[in-house]
Amino acid sequence: MKYMLMMNTMRAGAGVPAWPKNDLQAHIAFMLGLNRDLQQSGEFVQAEGLTFPSQARQVRAGKDGVPITDGVFPESKEFLAGFWIIDVETPERAYAIAGRISAAPGPGGVPLNMPIEVRPVMSAPPAEMM
Amino acid sequence: MTDAPERTRWDPASEHLLRELAPQVLGVVARRFRDFPSAEDAVQEALLAAFRQWPAEGMPENPRAWLIRVASRRMTDAVRSEIARRERESAIAEEEPAVEPPEEIEAAMDSQDTLILLFMCCHPALSASSAIALTLRAVGGLTTAEIAHAFLVPEATMAQRISRAKQSIRTSGVPFRAPTPQERGERLPAVLRVLYLIFNEGYASSIGAQLQRLDLAREAIRLARGTRTLLPDDPEVAGLLALMLLTDARRAARAGSQGEIIPLDQQNRSLWNRGEIEEGTALLTQALSSGTVGLYQLQAAIAAVHDEAVTADATDWPQILALYELLQRVAPSPVVTLNHAIAVAMVHGPAAGLQRLEALDGDERLSGHYRLDAVRAHLLERLGEIERAVQHYRAAAAGTASIPEQNYLMTQAARLEESREAHTSQPTDSEL
Amino acid sequence: MKYILLMSGTQAGVASYHTWAQSDRDRHMQTLGAIVNDLVEKGEFVDTQPLSGPSEAKIVRGEKNGLPVTDGVFPEAKEFLLGYWIVDVATPERACAIAGKISAAPGPGGIPTNMPIEVRQFIDARTRPH
Repeated sequence: MKYMLMMNTMRAGAGVPAWPKNDLQAHIAFMLGLNRDLQQSGEFVQAEGLTFPSQARQVRAGKDGVPITDGVFPESKEFLAGFWIIDVETPERAYAIAGRISAAPGPGGVPLNMPIEVRPVMSAPPAEMM
Repeated sequence: MTDAPERTRWDPASEHLLRELAPQVLGVVARRFRDFPSAEDAVQEALLAAFRQWPAEGMPENPRAWLIRVASRRMTDAVRSEIARRERESAIAEEEPAVEPPEEIEAAMDSQDTLILLFMCCHPALSASSAIALTLRAVGGLTTAEIAHAFLVPEATMAQRISRAKQSIRTSGVPFRAPTPQERGERLPAVLRVLYLIFNEGYASSIGAQLQRLDLAREAIRLARGTRTLLPDDPEVAGLLALMLLTDARRAARAGSQGEIIPLDQQNRSLWNRGEIEEGTALLTQALSSGTVGLYQLQAAIAAVHDEAVTADATDWPQILALYELLQRVAPSPVVTLNHAIAVAMVHGPAAGLQRLEALDGDERLSGHYRLDAVRAHLLERLGEIERAVQHYRAAAAGTASIPEQNYLMTQAARLEESREAHTSQPTDSEL
Repeated sequence: MKYILLMSGTQAGVASYHTWAQSDRDRHMQTLGAIVNDLVEKGEFVDTQPLSGPSEAKIVRGEKNGLPVTDGVFPEAKEFLLGYWIVDVATPERACAIAGKISAAPGPGGIPTNMPIEVRQFIDARTRPH
């Protein structure tokens, strides 16, 4: 069963976290270790990070096929920072992986407890979307 | 989609043979039928047939002739069915001219044909991504699946890129013949650019499953070597190969165990590949002796100066500065200006380097670009302006689209901030 | 350059979709299918996935005693991800143009849904030669 795990942690003005060097490196190592473990268990499908919200764009259909693009979002909006696609046997396994991601260490090595959204990916082809 | 056995399950010798033969066969068939795009399809089908039949029936005595025969038969069949289709569709079928493929068996002109292929695949009319995909398949002999995997797109998508590339060639009416010396001069830069782009796609990722990905840097070196065999006297071809070798020589030292970037001045030089450095340097010397100085020769020369330094401190920065000044005249670009500013800083001090950067602030192509922030941060750090350096490292990290770079820049910011705090928390002399 | 195109909606929006005439839904799906085919044909298509509804969504916040701390349902009005497209294109403008086409897919009465689509660039995990 495929699940999408989303890290919706960035706000509009987000910049890079200003943590101490060791904490930063611990965080990076944690994420790399997680991905490696998922690959070894065969549960890893995809993991992507996204560029910062300052580069996000919102597009709506415009008139005459010219889309309307802007970079203005509500201040309260939470942006997707990155996501994983995993292929697991049970929903509990998906939540467990999400739990591990969520507990990634932040400043002072303290678990961040970031909210990680877990969504089943529909197995039907796009023609049957929704 | 394909029921052919995976090429990777073949023994390396057979795989290597097929890759070498593919462009040769394509050259012959394209020449014979005067139709590169259709020939490319036909050769792909012949290769698939080889995958299916050779493991079971054994390799034919003359694999090359086998492939040419099968591909040619596909071409003839395609022509015949096209005639039949037109006859079905047209009431006045007898007015259709007969289309007969040439019967003559031409002596294989391998190197000429591969050269034609290379120029065709890198035709300036094609987008960079099309040219890269088509070159890897038609000249590199890679399968569509391998190329798709290397670029992390579905196979159907990559197949379409290649198909569209060939369609562009068809529409542009590029004839299948050797480029004239003038054409060669005009179009060689496009060829070299495609090869360099392939090289820069990089190495296999260090993350688990992606290790099976094709090593595009190695593939680019292989294609550049092949190009040099075809054009042994061209100094820019030699320059490009030299640049690739001199850069690739540092491969083992450029990333840490976590895939983190280790910049040039911090690399463990004992890990550099001496053989590649020697080969690259020799090539470069030969290329420069021609008297002309081109874009790739200059970049290779800069790489050579770095590679010959026993330690980072021993780097001959004045020479690098002179080379960047030449490069700015031969092939100016914002990236060159950035690197030039670094060289200025290394020779004349960080303030001088920063001054050069100010000229770039007005440059639309670069303003707000993360690299400008990154270089500025580096120079500000050297100048001792720690707070501003931290700001620019963070701005650069927020703007990059590369995780290893982002990690590197964030780590620099963190490191600097820590050193600053350590400094400010020290009691000053007057407080002691 | 790889981009992800994010399609979000609300519970109310999804409920409204379920009230469309079947013919409107079919036409909408056909348009999306045609966009997929066009992207494949242009060599730009990477992926598209629908996500199942928010009733099956969970949010995980950290771990307690080695187990994930899960939370359930979305607040009614909150926006959630309906699905995404991943494309590989030469310019950000092209990514936005594709988003514009998706946004212009017809709803009831053939009128473009005009749904807002967020366009985000992937970060590249590879280390380039240097």
